[in-house]
Amino acid sequence: MSTPVLELSGISKRFGAVQALSDVDLRIDAGEVVALLGDNGAGKSTLVKVIAGAHAADGGRILWEGEPVSITRPGDAQRLGIATIYQDLALCDNLDIVANLFLGNEQMRLGTLDEVEMERKARELLDSLSVKIPSLRVPVASLSGGQRQIIAIARALLGEPKVVMLDEPTAALGVAQTAQVLDLIERLRDRGLGVILISHNMADVRAVADRAGVLRLGRNAGDFQVEETSYEEIVAAITGASDNPVARRNERVAASQTGDE
Amino acid sequence: MAAQQTPVAAENGTAEPQSPADPRLIVTRTSPAGLLAAGLRRLRGGELGPVPVIVGLIVIAAVFQSLHGRFLSPQNLSNLTVQVAAVGLMTTGVIMVLLLGEIDLSIGSVAGVSASITAVLAVRYGLPEWVAIAAAVAAGLAIGLLQGTIFAKVGVPAFVVTLAGLLGWQGLQLQLLGGDGTINVSDSGAIAALTQTYFVPAVGWFVAVVAVGSFALSTAFGERRRAAAGLTAKPVGEQLLRTALLAVPVFGAVAVFNQFKGVPLAFLIFVGFVVAFDLMLRKTRYGRMVFAVGGGAEAARRAGINVDLIRISVFGLASMLSALGGVILVSRSFSASLDTAAGEELMMAIAAAVIGGTSLFGGRGNAYSALLGGLVLGAITSGLYLLQMGTPVRYMITAVVLLVAVVLDAVSRRSRKAHARGG
Ligand SMILES: Nc1ncnc2c1ncn2[C@@H]1O[C@H](COP(=O)(O)OP(=O)(O)OP(=O)(O)O)[C@@H](O)[C@H]1O
Ligand SMILES: [Mg+2]
Repeated sequence: MSTPVLELSGISKRFGAVQALSDVDLRIDAGEVVALLGDNGAGKSTLVKVIAGAHAADGGRILWEGEPVSITRPGDAQRLGIATIYQDLALCDNLDIVANLFLGNEQMRLGTLDEVEMERKARELLDSLSVKIPSLRVPVASLSGGQRQIIAIARALLGEPKVVMLDEPTAALGVAQTAQVLDLIERLRDRGLGVILISHNMADVRAVADRAGVLRLGRNAGDFQVEETSYEEIVAAITGASDNPVARRNERVAASQTGDE
Repeated sequence: MAAQQTPVAAENGTAEPQSPADPRLIVTRTSPAGLLAAGLRRLRGGELGPVPVIVGLIVIAAVFQSLHGRFLSPQNLSNLTVQVAAVGLMTTGVIMVLLLGEIDLSIGSVAGVSASITAVLAVRYGLPEWVAIAAAVAAGLAIGLLQGTIFAKVGVPAFVVTLAGLLGWQGLQLQLLGGDGTINVSDSGAIAALTQTYFVPAVGWFVAVVAVGSFALSTAFGERRRAAAGLTAKPVGEQLLRTALLAVPVFGAVAVFNQFKGVPLAFLIFVGFVVAFDLMLRKTRYGRMVFAVGGGAEAARRAGINVDLIRISVFGLASMLSALGGVILVSRSFSASLDTAAGEELMMAIAAAVIGGTSLFGGRGNAYSALLGGLVLGAITSGLYLLQMGTPVRYMITAVVLLVAVVLDAVSRRSRKAHARGG
């Protein structure tokens, strides 16, 4: 088996009295989409923030391409090649698409912003992702939720990362826009990037993820090949019991349907 | 008219050669009617730009001229521009703060402290006047950095920090001036020269030619680079129109100034700072960061921008410009007194920024607001003075103008939301 691009072992993180993560392991290969699943408060976002350097882990090891590394600041993760797309607050509403794409990383020419070069590259990048946006010079506030999410993802790709993490990228999106973002995730995988996808939507997960890692109450609660695993098994791992609300509801629905006939 | 707003798919007049434009994109056509239609579309979309304030300025000028024949005389216009310079510099600084979505209430007091430092050092301590000026401006910078640090690092709202500054620095001003209350400065030194210097006509024309020429050249080169890179470029007709729209007021102003004493240094300093800050805001990484912090501090932070540093530096710059405004006030009255910049200057500076078109909601605005807003308020002051109407009327009229500007700001913000044009 090849070396995973990113491997976490024994990660723990504590906020005051809350042990948000204890002894968590996670592995991502290049060209693989790993879904990170778990109920609300399971610790998914915390794990992503640890990897992104937004919160330093209290304990555990991080291996990057087989080498131990320490990630304590966002800059550390960016330098390694880890890009994070947060669900919200990723873009500046008053700036246009080009400015947002290059924010913090502007192209310069003769000591001034090189708007021409930035616009050209932005157009090239979006074309390469088959993203259609009418004009790159409108404030991003005028974009739809899906377009904004795509811009946020495209922004992360400018740094040519090897691992991309998306925290609930489709949570607020409609059907068509969700499909666009999922398409984009598949394109990232085809380019050989490792993708970590947090989602509560099992349909999305089944559509694009190769593997699913489940967290429950801050601990590992299963690691599944999505193809070979049933929906019920994953739900059981997320809720921690085969007798869970989802299963009970399914039984009830099934029972009432047979009763009707 | 509506036919001018054809989607590109129908007519390929200006579509980019590289990637076919999106059919949803409405493209401005090059014809005059097309430009006009685009302008109207932007107006309706809440992107009023400088149009309302320029119209307002013309109306104000017409009204006062009809009431008093000397309003548009070269002498009055020239004096007017010298009068707006001090508060105009303060406005330029406060615009930076407004772009962050914050406010600085201390700028009047900072100008007052700066005025007293200038006078005390130059007169009581007999230092060379330029040293006194430099020290006052440096003190302004230090005050701003201090206030900015308390705001950014400690997290006290800027409104409160600068409210403390409003009181505290005014106290320092009174302390410095001491019992006598007024310190007169020489009417022939470097301080006085700031507002007493006028340039011979040739200098004015030279400045105008350089300004308009560099605008035209940089526009032409910029658009050619865009076209070469396969991006939509402004057609030559529009470039010429824009240059003409700049050339008319610039050459017109120089012509008027030259009929009196020539271009005033004080106004040139003011306009110079406005142009410099405009370039800084639009063309540099620093300016981009200021807008980013104003539009979304958290997003800016995640993009790796040092938000605290931007905030501190902006407060520093704002106070520094206010201090320079204070020096100009000393220059105009040949003195620093207990009530130098202690009255309406703060209100007028903030009002001018908003009247000029900088949003109170952060992230939207430009340095030219200082010039346009300052001229509006200066014209009202000057006109009412000619009509021998005093401060009471002026305050009430200024309040109405300010209210109109704030209402326009709020309405255009709402309409931008409705037309999805950004916060
Ligand atoms: N900055 C913080 N300070 C204190 N507690 C925190 C902080 N961030 C997260 N927590 C706690 O850590 C636990 C895990 O939170 P986390 O946000 O990682 O959950 P999640 O799996 O992303 O949930 P959701 O699906 O609702 O987004 C929760 O109990 C939360 O209250
Ligand atoms: Mg979360």
